[in-house]
Amino acid sequence: MNLKELVTGEPGEKQFLLGNEAAVRGVIEAGVSVAAHYPGTPSSEIGNILSFLAKDANLYFEFSTNEKVAMEVAATAAVSGLRSFTFMKHVGLNVASDSFMTTAYSGVKGGMVILVADDPSMFSSQNEQDTRNYARLANLPLLEPSNCQEVKDMVCYGFDLSEQFSLPVIVRTTTRISHMRGIVEFGEKLDNSSKGEEHWKKGNFVKNPKQYVPVPVNSIRMHVELCDKMGKIKEISTSSNLNEIKSTGKKGVITSGSAYNYVSDVIKAHDLDLAILKLGLTYPFPSDKVSEFLNEIDEVFVVEEVDSIMEKEILTVMGQKGIILPVHGKLDGTFPEYHEFNPDIVKNGFNKVLNFTEIEEVSYSENLNKLIESIPNRAPVLCSGCPHRFMFYGANKAVEELNIPIEDVVFASDIGCYTLGINPPYNAADYLLSMGSSIGDGCGFSKATNQKVISFIGDSTFFHSGLSPLINGVHNKDDFVVTILDNRITAMTGGQPNPGIPVDGMGDEAPEVSIRKLAVATGCSFVRVINPLNIEQVIKTYKEAIEHDGVAVIISKSPCTLIKGFNKKPPVIIEESKCNKCNKCVNELACPAISIKDNKININKAMCTGCSVCIQVCQYDAIKPGE
Amino acid sequence: MVNNSYSMYICGVGGQGIIKTSIIIGESAMNQGLNVTMSEIHGMSQREGSVSTELRIGDYESSILPNQSADMLLSFEPIEVVRGLHKANKNTKIVFNTTPIVPSSGDKPYPNLNNLISTLEEDYDNVLPIDGNKLAIEAGNILSLNMVLLGAVVADDNFPLSKDSVIEAMKNNLKPKFHELNVNAIESGYNWIKG
Repeated sequence: MNLKELVTGEPGEKQFLLGNEAAVRGVIEAGVSVAAHYPGTPSSEIGNILSFLAKDANLYFEFSTNEKVAMEVAATAAVSGLRSFTFMKHVGLNVASDSFMTTAYSGVKGGMVILVADDPSMFSSQNEQDTRNYARLANLPLLEPSNCQEVKDMVCYGFDLSEQFSLPVIVRTTTRISHMRGIVEFGEKLDNSSKGEEHWKKGNFVKNPKQYVPVPVNSIRMHVELCDKMGKIKEISTSSNLNEIKSTGKKGVITSGSAYNYVSDVIKAHDLDLAILKLGLTYPFPSDKVSEFLNEIDEVFVVEEVDSIMEKEILTVMGQKGIILPVHGKLDGTFPEYHEFNPDIVKNGFNKVLNFTEIEEVSYSENLNKLIESIPNRAPVLCSGCPHRFMFYGANKAVEELNIPIEDVVFASDIGCYTLGINPPYNAADYLLSMGSSIGDGCGFSKATNQKVISFIGDSTFFHSGLSPLINGVHNKDDFVVTILDNRITAMTGGQPNPGIPVDGMGDEAPEVSIRKLAVATGCSFVRVINPLNIEQVIKTYKEAIEHDGVAVIISKSPCTLIKGFNKKPPVIIEESKCNKCNKCVNELACPAISIKDNKININKAMCTGCSVCIQVCQYDAIKPGE
Repeated sequence: MVNNSYSMYICGVGGQGIIKTSIIIGESAMNQGLNVTMSEIHGMSQREGSVSTELRIGDYESSILPNQSADMLLSFEPIEVVRGLHKANKNTKIVFNTTPIVPSSGDKPYPNLNNLISTLEEDYDNVLPIDGNKLAIEAGNILSLNMVLLGAVVADDNFPLSKDSVIEAMKNNLKPKFHELNVNAIESGYNWIKG
């Protein structure tokens, strides 16, 4: 499919869409004017596609510096009467949460939808926190789609609900929904094309400090208003067709999101006599609907990913209504309290109670077991020619040349490709919390220990949340090395622009913000911009930075090899007669283009970018530039 | 059992065209009026990591296959097929490309290919190793490897989609200048299995 069909597609047309593509179609059908985002998997494709389609769809899209700014851009567009959309991965909502919490009080005029993509089983995240908790923390409505059609439909419905109650609405997906593909039938579009050029500048903010400025005298009233609104939505949740009884039986299942899919397939495959209540509008919790359902059954399963949230809501309903029946969920051990589910986990959970099948252990022949055990890992690695590699190599060399025991060095890592520095031979990730944490962690380690601290942070992550801790370090007289890996892109999430690059989310030219000038402006007395492909310079600069008294900033500036139009050089050549077989290039550089084959050093010509660092590292001049 | 159903697990290494191949099958199923769902895991695909998709044609809600339930396990690389075996049963068609991609992050030596094939044949009845790289080069370009393997899938007697429908979906997803090459590649994989 051509992605432009997400804009041009007519009602009734069917397409085989990724969940994230379905979300984009929902945004277009809902006539959204403003969308703002910071990339984060599994939500990233939504941003890439909106950036690509923004002009065709006649909407404003930006890559904001972080999720909190994105939240603020969307909230202000919405109080100015425009429909706005912001979306992020689950941990992005932590960053946005300060403003997010208050949007519940101040509310919106134009519809505002916040899509949050959770990552159960942590395919690309540091934790698997459950966004449904945030809906309760802020007291905002939450929708949970189970498939791609529902993603589109719930994004659209979210805007209607948002405008009806002047509240932001959350759509919670998971990796298996965002990265699922399914058939989506397009609906009617609220046409943006007739709204005129840059119509997103035509919102109008009407002053109303009593509503929009949460000083105590106002917020004490606003919280009451929020509870009133949520009470009304709770009534809707009971009659809503998003909360639907799918089948009937003596025993029942209450489920939502991806878990519903597994429940439905397992019941069908094993012909189980179980009633299903599928919930889509899951907060405010549809208590009356649930109690009606419970009254018709004598035992209930609760199947949900990740936390036992609905299960506790159901126990509350039972307590209030005096309903007594067995509840099988996470709390009684029927289902796991962590990680994503799948059909087997759901089947095994049902089977613990219903005993409908013998679960057979799969047995393999002895030879096959041996083969399975002998399979090498295929872990992700830094790409061949990746400039990050040379900073890890150089930092380790500098530490070695200064005779500092490696135990006395703490590598503070951050969120991005460079987290792969955790792998040998670099071992350059000792502590990591969150976006931007490498610098705040550097401040703490430098205060709390006498160890040398070297932080690694990417350009986009530095813009996201690195500046504030850098200011902290300089002001509080900390002593550590900050490496800013400026590879001219937001690489890990698929190559989005950031403020250091002269292009914005609309694809237009934009001012390039200088990381060097920002670092200098903090008052930091050691700021160097270096070329990471010059390994001698890397080692020398690290040695000076480590010995510098105070915060030292090294900016490594070299483009990601995956950037469109990256200028590859001819692959390097091994001069076998000179090769001493020390294997330093393989063991210390660990570039995936260099391997040992038949007891000789082998260069993978398709992979080698000709970066020349291995030439510099070879002590025997056995590697020369390609021609 | 769901009527006219077919479940696939497709795996390999980032950059081999696994997701595109899966999308083509999915679109073809949709165009033939069948329900289809698909799941893809590709977070690290650009960094030489393993990539896999799961595809279910038929009246399923979930895009995840239960273990041991695949009708077809298609792997673009020999050791990745071993990593996908939890989805296979004795009768699963196990089609895989025989050209190894040795992982640079590998913690163990790459296993012997002939031993790998004979070991699989001990436990599974339908093991179909295919020299996809050779057939792709013969079809005109190594980049058509994924279409050779797609052709091999279409050749399975139980596969519910027609070759013409798959070729139409291919044309809707890949650039016109490669259509002829890709049709050749699909035919080549198809004929190799049928032959």
